[in-house]
Amino acid sequence: MIPAEFQYVRAGSLKDVLTALAAQDGTKVLAGGHSLIPMMRFRLAQPSRLVDIGGLSELSGIAEHRRGARIGATTTYRDILSSELLRERFPLIVETTEQIGDVQVRNCGTLGGGLAHADPAADMPAVLVVLDATINARSKRGKRSISAREFFRGPFETALESDELLIDVVLPPPPRTFGSAYVSFEQAASGYAIAAAAAVIGLTRRTVSHAAVALTGTGAVAPMARAAEQLVNTKGEPEVIQRVAAQAVEGLDILGDIHAPAEYRRHLLSVAVRRALTTALERAR
Amino acid sequence: MPTLFGSGIRRREDPRLITGAATYTDDVKLPGLAYAAILRSPYAHARITRIDTSVAKAAPGVLAVYSGADVKDRLVPVPCAWNIPNADLKTPPHPQLAFDKVRYVGDGVAMVVAESRAAARDAIDLIEVEYDPLPAGVDPENMSRPGAPQVHAEVANNVAFTWVVAGGDTDQAFSQAEVRVSQRILQNRLAPTAIEPRAAVASYNRGTGQLTLWATSQNPHIHRFICSVMLKLPEHRIRIIAPEVGGGFGSKIPVYADEALVGLAAMDLGRPVKWTEDRSENYKATIHGRDHVEYVELCGTRDGRVTGLRTTVYAGLGAYASTVGPGIPTILHGLIYSGPYAIPNIHGTVRGVYTNGTPVDAYRGAGRPEATYLLERLMDLFAREIGMDPVELRRKNFIRPDQFPYTVATGLTYDSGNYPGALDKALSMFDLRRFRQEQAEGRKQGRYLGVGVVSYVEICGSGPSQVAGAVGLGGGQYDSAIVRVYPTGVVRVYIGGKPHGQGEETTFAQIVADEFGYPVENVEVVAGDTETTPQGWGTYGSRTTAVCGSAVKIAAQRVREKAAKIAAHLMEANEADVEFRDGKFGVRGTPSEGKTFAEVALMANLAWNMPPGVEPGLEAAAFFDPSNFVYPFGTHICSVEVDADTGEVKILRYLCVDDCGPHINPMIVEGQIHGGVIQGLGEALQEMVVYDEDGQLLSGTMMDYAVPRATQMPRIETAYTTTPSPVNPLGVKGIGEAGTIPAAAVLVSAVCDALAPLGIKHIDKPLTPARVWAAIQQAGTGGNGRERAGTGNGTGVAQ
Repeated sequence: MIPAEFQYVRAGSLKDVLTALAAQDGTKVLAGGHSLIPMMRFRLAQPSRLVDIGGLSELSGIAEHRRGARIGATTTYRDILSSELLRERFPLIVETTEQIGDVQVRNCGTLGGGLAHADPAADMPAVLVVLDATINARSKRGKRSISAREFFRGPFETALESDELLIDVVLPPPPRTFGSAYVSFEQAASGYAIAAAAAVIGLTRRTVSHAAVALTGTGAVAPMARAAEQLVNTKGEPEVIQRVAAQAVEGLDILGDIHAPAEYRRHLLSVAVRRALTTALERAR
Repeated sequence: MPTLFGSGIRRREDPRLITGAATYTDDVKLPGLAYAAILRSPYAHARITRIDTSVAKAAPGVLAVYSGADVKDRLVPVPCAWNIPNADLKTPPHPQLAFDKVRYVGDGVAMVVAESRAAARDAIDLIEVEYDPLPAGVDPENMSRPGAPQVHAEVANNVAFTWVVAGGDTDQAFSQAEVRVSQRILQNRLAPTAIEPRAAVASYNRGTGQLTLWATSQNPHIHRFICSVMLKLPEHRIRIIAPEVGGGFGSKIPVYADEALVGLAAMDLGRPVKWTEDRSENYKATIHGRDHVEYVELCGTRDGRVTGLRTTVYAGLGAYASTVGPGIPTILHGLIYSGPYAIPNIHGTVRGVYTNGTPVDAYRGAGRPEATYLLERLMDLFAREIGMDPVELRRKNFIRPDQFPYTVATGLTYDSGNYPGALDKALSMFDLRRFRQEQAEGRKQGRYLGVGVVSYVEICGSGPSQVAGAVGLGGGQYDSAIVRVYPTGVVRVYIGGKPHGQGEETTFAQIVADEFGYPVENVEVVAGDTETTPQGWGTYGSRTTAVCGSAVKIAAQRVREKAAKIAAHLMEANEADVEFRDGKFGVRGTPSEGKTFAEVALMANLAWNMPPGVEPGLEAAAFFDPSNFVYPFGTHICSVEVDADTGEVKILRYLCVDDCGPHINPMIVEGQIHGGVIQGLGEALQEMVVYDEDGQLLSGTMMDYAVPRATQMPRIETAYTTTPSPVNPLGVKGIGEAGTIPAAAVLVSAVCDALAPLGIKHIDKPLTPARVWAAIQQAGTGGNGRERAGTGNGTGVAQ
């Protein structure tokens, strides 16, 4: 529980951070510390230097952005829960955030930190994928925008280069009439999801015009369930949802562990898809 | 005046505990303090072929490095203190640091002492150890088979002991029985997970030759005894101080290798040495609980008379016999097989088996939850087999209230009880008929509702020391108190027990304050320091209130008797005419005059005017050795709904009626039940230590070992009946473990009742959603969970 020796630097400016990262000397960025510090305590991560970006106010905050929203990287989960804008326009993010960790975790943990960590059991990747968010990054080399759907490469692996810093997340405007839901089955010890699904349904004249589902707990990070597209141009009848839920988990590469054998996890993912779609549709109506 | 006994006053220990003002072992800071870290085996079973500590020794800040070879001739191996008789018990040496081979993941291999905790931790990574891995196993049944990996060369088939309990003629009962039911039952291995991990600080005074050891101990006098053996120091040269202890649940009864190691290092270095376990280490190196594989069967008549119980139990001991390890699955388990029922024929065979797992010892309930669980599972199976209401089956077999003291087939004599009384009270709080209607309605809609009703009796308040000796426990089981009254009248009570959350600082003060007509603030209870407290045997097994509390009561009475003598002398009255009323000694018939207890205390301590032949001072000691154990009991009811789609179990109601005799402090009783029930439900629903086939620990963090959280647990409804015990002057019985003892049984009973329409009769705990779902799938495909043909499909419950 004692980390290996490391240096700590509190960044005074964004430029400081990008310069430190450009040195490529094993520096890691510290935001809320709720993923990185435990890894360091187990000595699974042994960075030579931490650059703390917690004091950079330009990286924090929630604002309206082209009828959608922009959320800064060091925005805490607590900030998300207090945002009227997100509650109104992206209730899915708020609903999911309520399930993350506990009060202390939500007070300190940051959206950007969690995304950069890319834990396959974390909730937020599936939410951003299903909302088709864009993740903006910067390095000394310049700026880059990455679709959330391209961002997560695998467990604890993202599209970020080692000299890049996650700056913010941009959410496009939601469909005019929509409903969303996040259904999660938590592992009793960690509170992380064994299986979860994020769903968004858009309706046009009572017919499904948009449907997206992404999954948590497969072993990959937030894969989309393409089967959800079958809902488009239906009324979202229960049997269609049932079929989508079954197909969503077909052929998925799923790993079992001591909490949930693969067979159970696959079944639970299917249940999560069914329930998330059903709730999203009810909310859209 | 109103008495404090029976009053739910707030716990006096809590303000310091909840404001961060308490001193735990890790808070002890001494000048020149050095820090120890222990390298632990990453293998479950391996030969150590080479160990090189030279690089670690040369690392910055390192003061000393010890390997197994360095300490093996300097320390006596860690002893096992419960040598159960007539069981051919084999306890091979348990070295403080392994030197030939390691036997479990977490076995100590080397210790570093350094200037800082971080330097010590860094240096253990620099110790080079070459291991030659050996085949390993952790399943107690498999490990007892010929050909299994041998944990200790001298213990054939790893069988540490074979212990038998027998009463009546069980073979005959089974051969003649109309009905027999049987079940294989797993008792999941549990990690106690006290919030405070273990720690030890040793300080050696070269001048006096005294070693002081601050330790996370439930029983400092036992620690002193065993540490003196391990360190080869005379017992009076060792002082154990157990400061605040942040939870034990049995895991801080044992005396551990680590405690001897820091003592040795402190003596070598002439500097105090501190070692504090981290959480990962706690899951590997602190004892676990339970870990049985059981084959159990019950027989009886078709009209519901139970006539026999037979068990074969494989009890995993882990790699070494821990301090009281062998006594848990035997004395504290098999002897209570009869539960609250009159079962004339009982036969139990318990095999203690060494495995490549962490040593197993006492964990809350210690042997008794396992006994209650197997018996209650069998009662449910029996009821279903004969189509009888499971509540009526239990009622029919209860020991009757007029039969106490009652001697069961295993030889125990229960002190007092009223089992139908507790059951009736519980049923008065839970409308079982209505629930059965809702259950039937629910089933039509595909909902799975279930209820469990479980009665239990536990043995605790250990106990007569003579019995402890007869069952091989290497210690006494009396307890002790000194009540010391200061000149200003305030009181300190020094006790042999070591409460660590159970609230005796409050309840014992209530007992003494009542005796002296005092507010509770005038009395302080002191525990945990062997230098100031009288010889006692510690806090575990729900014994402290019944045994140590009785010593407190008797010592306080002795003080009052002396005070009465002195008061009579001061008032120039006959002692026979002096009475104690409204907080004052007074002379009968002259109500206005009198001396308060504090006034008498002052005069006793000044000794200016003592009665002839009476010694100065005002204090008394008492040692109390009870004539029998105490036997708390009760009935718990739990209702659940199972989501058959996900396997999730939702607890609808959990209510308990417990009987521990009169309550000194009802709020504390309530708290003990809450904590106990929740630990039992953790066991039933989600807690399990998991190893892989090679003995690697897979549940070694709090992210994987599912200690119950407040949000996961139900509201607990409590009620009580009161049946005093005749075996101690307070009439009290223990309550620390009572909540745990039936909780797993009642939860599993409720879930199996819910899933009865699917033919499911038993699911091994913990009932995680994954396991419940798997059982449902298996039942649906006609697997093992499917009921045999011809035994009906319902719950067998009379509506």
